[in-house]
Amino acid sequence: MTDTVTTLFDQVVPAQAPFSTLVRAGQTIRIEDMEGCQAVDTLFYRADDMGERYSSQDTVRVQGAAYVTTGTRVMSNEGRVMLVVTADSCGRHDTSAGACSCESNTVRFGHATKYLHACRENFAIEVAKYGLSKRDIVPNINFFMNVPIEQDGGLAIVDGVSAPGDYVELRAEMDVICVISNCPQINNPCNGFNPTPIRVTVREG
Amino acid sequence: MSNEASAIAENRRRYEELKRAGQGHAPRALPGPSPRDGMPLDAIAILHRETIPGGWYWTTALKAGEALRLGLDHGPSSVALVAWSAADPSERLNYADTVKVQWTAALRKGRVLFSDMGRVMLSIIEDSCGAHDALTGGSDAASNAARYAGGPHRNTRDNLVLAALKSGLDRRDIPPCITFFAPVVVGPEGRLSWNAAGRAAGDFVDLRAEMDLTVALSNCPHPLDPAPDYAPNPVAVTRFRAPAPAADDLCRTATIEAVRGFENNAAAGF
Repeated sequence: MTDTVTTLFDQVVPAQAPFSTLVRAGQTIRIEDMEGCQAVDTLFYRADDMGERYSSQDTVRVQGAAYVTTGTRVMSNEGRVMLVVTADSCGRHDTSAGACSCESNTVRFGHATKYLHACRENFAIEVAKYGLSKRDIVPNINFFMNVPIEQDGGLAIVDGVSAPGDYVELRAEMDVICVISNCPQINNPCNGFNPTPIRVTVREG
Repeated sequence: MSNEASAIAENRRRYEELKRAGQGHAPRALPGPSPRDGMPLDAIAILHRETIPGGWYWTTALKAGEALRLGLDHGPSSVALVAWSAADPSERLNYADTVKVQWTAALRKGRVLFSDMGRVMLSIIEDSCGAHDALTGGSDAASNAARYAGGPHRNTRDNLVLAALKSGLDRRDIPPCITFFAPVVVGPEGRLSWNAAGRAAGDFVDLRAEMDLTVALSNCPHPLDPAPDYAPNPVAVTRFRAPAPAADDLCRTATIEAVRGFENNAAAGF
């Protein structure tokens, strides 16, 4: 089987860096947490109409559950399936807590944390390459980030559960631009206080 | 690597320090629900009354210091809300930051709603219900078609498109919504269910604007509402002058996160 797989793309994304790539319908994108406990903030945009993009709430609504894992249909704001999670060695990913930003860091951790790199900065840099703006940066998926939601609504980012080499795979159902912020947050446990590289591959099938 | 190890130790030390500082500010206990019939508005404070028919939407300007009362005077309904800063609509409601920075998805009296810029847009100054949904969003044409016979029925997605366009915005400006009077319960493994007893006729919520806003509301059944018929009741909305916040205003002082959010508002001149 292995020799029939065509890898189209294979890149290590450095710690704290932004990244984006085209994934065509039928192709599979694999995101690997190389060293473990690394949150990967991820957005998707329809390649030929970027006003259609990932919708966390539609994704949660359609599956009737709050976490992302194998079988999750990744939905757009137009109610269409963008990708499907086809493999997941980790088991649970968040899509309700959004991305860190300089601005929200001041609220969460104090004004002294304003001038630290953040996911919103990465997203802004990356989506600007496609002519998009802050208007297009919506709440994202946090692969490998553990945010249990309690019955009383309580919600907190706790220690990551991903081990070195854990991965998630998604098959695209339409041509999408995948935009990633390899999370630089050092003020909570989501990256084990030590942001590390991830590996992104795209293959046929 | 010793450099890496010392960086981790330094980051962890800072986190522990931040955590101590945050926990050192004892949060004020949030009060219980507001009484359903006990809080009539002062007639002189009322600026506008609107009845949103079942299935419809409404938009309004809401200046800082004004408030909206959403009332289930005509029976149960759910009201989805999005909001934009009037001065810069690229600043808009951010539900993810709202639940993350307050450490809870349970929005009720004493909580606030954040924008994507770390500032407070709206304060929940009164709330008889305490059962609102930030996680699931609203209905769309497909969810209505799958649920109800005899459609098509009006849906929140299309309502918010209409509200945005009539406000000079477009679909790229529509953030995820927060739905009031939507008793969604999160169970094991994140499964979502509906607690019909969580809202009742007569429930209301008062939302005070903390910056000049454009607000859009959609009055459609919540997608998790199991009622077999599409029968949203009208919703009574009142825009009124809220009492000026006192120094010990609940929403402005309940948590250290709210305090810092309001410091960001003040720094921006809001």
